[in-house]
Amino acid sequence: MSGLGTKVNWGRVGIATFPWFWLGLFFVLPFIFVLKISLAEPQLAQPPYMDLIREFEDGFMTLVINFGNYRLLLEDSLYINALLGSIKVAAISTLLAILVGYPVALGIARAPAHWRLPLLMLIILPFWTSFLIRVYAWIGILKNNGLLNQFLMWTGLIDTPIDILYTPTAVYIGIVYSYLPFIVLPLYATLVRLDHSLLEAAADLGCSPIKQFLLITLPLSVPGLIAGSMLVFIPVMGEFVIPDLLGGPNTLMIGKLMWTEFFANKDWPLASALAAVLLVVLIIPFVVLRHMEQRSEEVE
Amino acid sequence: MTYTAPNPFVDEEPIVRIEGVTKTFGSTYAVDDVSLQIFRGEFFSLLGSSGCGKTTLLRMLAGFEAPTAGRIYIDGKDITDVPPYRRPINMMFQSYALFPHMSVVDNIAFGLKQEGMPKESIKERVEEMLDLVQISALGGRKPHQLSGGQRQRVALARSLAKHPRILLLDEPLGALDKKLRERTQFELVNIQERLGITFIVVTHDQEEAMTMSSRVALMREGRIEQIDTPRMIYEFPRSRYAASFFGSINLFAGVVESQDEECINIHSEEAGGMLRVNYSHPIAIGSDVTVAVRPEKLRLLTEASDQPNTIEGVIEEIAYLGDVSIYHVDLVSGKRIQFTQPNTQALAEQPLDWGQRVTLSWQSQAAGVLTE
Repeated sequence: MSGLGTKVNWGRVGIATFPWFWLGLFFVLPFIFVLKISLAEPQLAQPPYMDLIREFEDGFMTLVINFGNYRLLLEDSLYINALLGSIKVAAISTLLAILVGYPVALGIARAPAHWRLPLLMLIILPFWTSFLIRVYAWIGILKNNGLLNQFLMWTGLIDTPIDILYTPTAVYIGIVYSYLPFIVLPLYATLVRLDHSLLEAAADLGCSPIKQFLLITLPLSVPGLIAGSMLVFIPVMGEFVIPDLLGGPNTLMIGKLMWTEFFANKDWPLASALAAVLLVVLIIPFVVLRHMEQRSEEVE
Repeated sequence: MTYTAPNPFVDEEPIVRIEGVTKTFGSTYAVDDVSLQIFRGEFFSLLGSSGCGKTTLLRMLAGFEAPTAGRIYIDGKDITDVPPYRRPINMMFQSYALFPHMSVVDNIAFGLKQEGMPKESIKERVEEMLDLVQISALGGRKPHQLSGGQRQRVALARSLAKHPRILLLDEPLGALDKKLRERTQFELVNIQERLGITFIVVTHDQEEAMTMSSRVALMREGRIEQIDTPRMIYEFPRSRYAASFFGSINLFAGVVESQDEECINIHSEEAGGMLRVNYSHPIAIGSDVTVAVRPEKLRLLTEASDQPNTIEGVIEEIAYLGDVSIYHVDLVSGKRIQFTQPNTQALAEQPLDWGQRVTLSWQSQAAGVLTE
């Protein structure tokens, strides 16, 4: 093959490479920095870590790699527990968000067409207020003499205020509230495209409405469910504001720990190691999912 | 003419009885007080242009729409309020509505699984269905791997799998190209005859309805215009709308002058003379009627005649269609009519030419009288 007549379409090359360029500049490069810091030794200086490549008095360049941070992460049960705690919180939150978000998304998708946009706006509207303020507002609602307890006592359901604030329940409430739009929007996008005649066909072939949902709507909404779950699970894994504000001192999450290591303990290398481990933990399910998706595409 | 529709089914109890069914959407009447009966084993067509209410009527039979008024009976049982999943009816959807996440086999087996049929019997039935619609090799495929024609077959197999008492088909051939459509028409009829299932088909294609149906219900603006066998509806349309819906027809406005035992005599300015048509119902002298004659019923006369049912004009257009030619003739009254002649010889000298003056005639029983 001679390259005669094949003109390089630079526009197309640009479009194809731009995501890679973006990813390289804003993800790979920073991550290399993080990785580098995680392999360094902490020091009380500015910056608070030592260079990997150091010149000693004898004039030799030496590469000093310190795996101690990673070893500490494995040895100290605090970090493993925090990681497991984060996975647990993220998993339960994702599940709760699905349970709350699915009916909402389905309701909007099945609403008359002229109602859908206003309803979606209502879902997105809270985003126009600062995230921090919204989480603070929950303190006012959940605290012992807060709105929720006052309401429950007024209805006579309870006599004495129940402790919600600074418990895991408060964390879940805060997370599900904050991340709900992330599950509703992709689910809505999938459900609204669902061909209504498929449900009619299922009904015609003997499916009650519940079975129509289980056999048709639910399986066909899996792509939206996966997208929404990832949008909730991944950021919640690293979430630290909500557990910090609403959770008690016992709420152990890796995001909070990272915050402490960075800002309170000034141990940048250890915090970086934590960040690197978190990334790996998050990438594994993503890769597995991708792989499964590709395989099911091949089968089709 | 005291014809009654030669319908072989009328003696039986109807399998579907629709009584005074009306469906309104807001202030529009989609279906307006429709009553009709469909008999066991019929291939019944609901025919009409878009928006005539035929699909709404079909969807009410399936249970997807609830009638605003009226009742629907199946085998004498009122099913008006029975949800779709409890009706002994299956439907083949216009869009096919195949489940995209299931293979062809799973699509066909879907209804049987809902019934709780044992696995072995399901397998057997699915094989039988795949065989019936001749797609046995495609069982493992997903819908998106099939051509339009193959999808149509899967949809048919799926809707037939439960051996429903009645099968509803919404424009079953609408998405196929012309060639495939013609072939599939006969296949559908064969399958229907073999299984003995009552078919109710919605179509906007009069040719399709004529080819396949035992009876046709022509609908217009939510109402039934005429229900008859294809032959009767073609030869003896009851209204101008029905007449012009099926093929082309020549219409002559006129006034009844006299009536004898089997015919009425009509004076028609448009036809330029007297017309004589078989008609045995009593009709008022002086009433306005329309005489309808199909183009193929007109015969070419070699010389002028003053007999009734004779018209004269000049050939203005000729359309050669291969098997027949269509001639457009301008009458003295200025009215343009059509007549067709079969092309019996390949290279005959052209017997008729543009500008030629012709005399045409037809027999008194070849035309119909339309009073509405």
